[in-house]
Amino acid sequence: MASETLTSSEYIHHHLTNLTFGRLADGHWALANSAEQAKEMGFWAFNVDMLGWSLVLVLFFFFLFRGVAKRATSGVPSGLQNFVEWMMEFVDTSVRGSFSGKNELVAPMALTIFVWVFLMNFMDLLPIDWLPWTAEKIGQHVFDKDPLHVFFRVVPSADPNITFGLALSVFWLMLYYSVKVKGIGGFLGELALQPFSAKNPVIQAVFVPINLILELVSLISKPVSLSLRLFGNMYAGETIFILIALMYGAGWIMGPFGGLLQIAWGIFHILIILLQAFIFMVLTIVYMDMAHQHH
Amino acid sequence: MEHALLYIAGALMMGLGALGAAVGIGILGSKFLDGAARQPELIPLLRTQFFIMMGLVDAVPMIAVGIALYVLFAVA
Repeated sequence: MASETLTSSEYIHHHLTNLTFGRLADGHWALANSAEQAKEMGFWAFNVDMLGWSLVLVLFFFFLFRGVAKRATSGVPSGLQNFVEWMMEFVDTSVRGSFSGKNELVAPMALTIFVWVFLMNFMDLLPIDWLPWTAEKIGQHVFDKDPLHVFFRVVPSADPNITFGLALSVFWLMLYYSVKVKGIGGFLGELALQPFSAKNPVIQAVFVPINLILELVSLISKPVSLSLRLFGNMYAGETIFILIALMYGAGWIMGPFGGLLQIAWGIFHILIILLQAFIFMVLTIVYMDMAHQHH
Repeated sequence: MEHALLYIAGALMMGLGALGAAVGIGILGSKFLDGAARQPELIPLLRTQFFIMMGLVDAVPMIAVGIALYVLFAVA
């Protein structure tokens, strides 16, 4: 917690505000000093902390796995190689289980999504004040800013922009492979001629708009639910960690109780972050499989 | 007044979401135990599917909780 006296709602607000870089009202580009200023930036604002952490994590994943792959031996594998092989096998089994098409992109993409989302979720398990506190100190002493105006969030998947970015990438790939595999006609036919169809062309023409509405809704809902599911889980988890952290400041009785709660929620959260990463991966595979299926 | 409505909105979101998920996960768990009792050798397979489904069912109230907390702390 910052050294100045913050009320609990200010503390929560402070923790839920991104470090935003964007265009200020007077026209030049800078970091926002408050949540209001960040809001005024409108569309062209970058959540620097989220982008930074997701990049750091994906580079960590890349170099870790690359290093293991380069040093891989055919003998009895050691600890890290063992872990990576187990991971590959796990993803491979999942892809073989639910993907029936022929595409070399899907398995590596599933591996990337699984590990990346897991790492992004994992940032939630770090004590919530460590990194923001470090950022505040750096902001105060290196950049000479007021520590209360240094915002820093560390869980990229608790930001809807990041999860929507992931889900939209999956969505574009889905559309791309739908069109590539089935042709533009096949793809449109899938949208317009299902689930109701008739032999009589007149009745079929009546069914087309109904089908279009139904299928378009289910198509659009896929990326939305994919991203909101991850965002909702992680945001709720992060907020609950913040609420628990508030108890530390509430006296000798509430403090230890908060500690117990944090341990309990942290252990439960290990299950959630794994499960959410796994579900994101499985649904990606399933969507890709749907895109590859002929009717 | 507006703030009070926001709090009520958050409470409704969390409460109704939890209600639906409670029924859903209850049914899911009872079926899982049913299946496990009938064919104990299928438990590993069933457990994986059970967790996937639970993650899917669980997502709806979790989204609601996330949005409710967002409404309470970021909007209000």
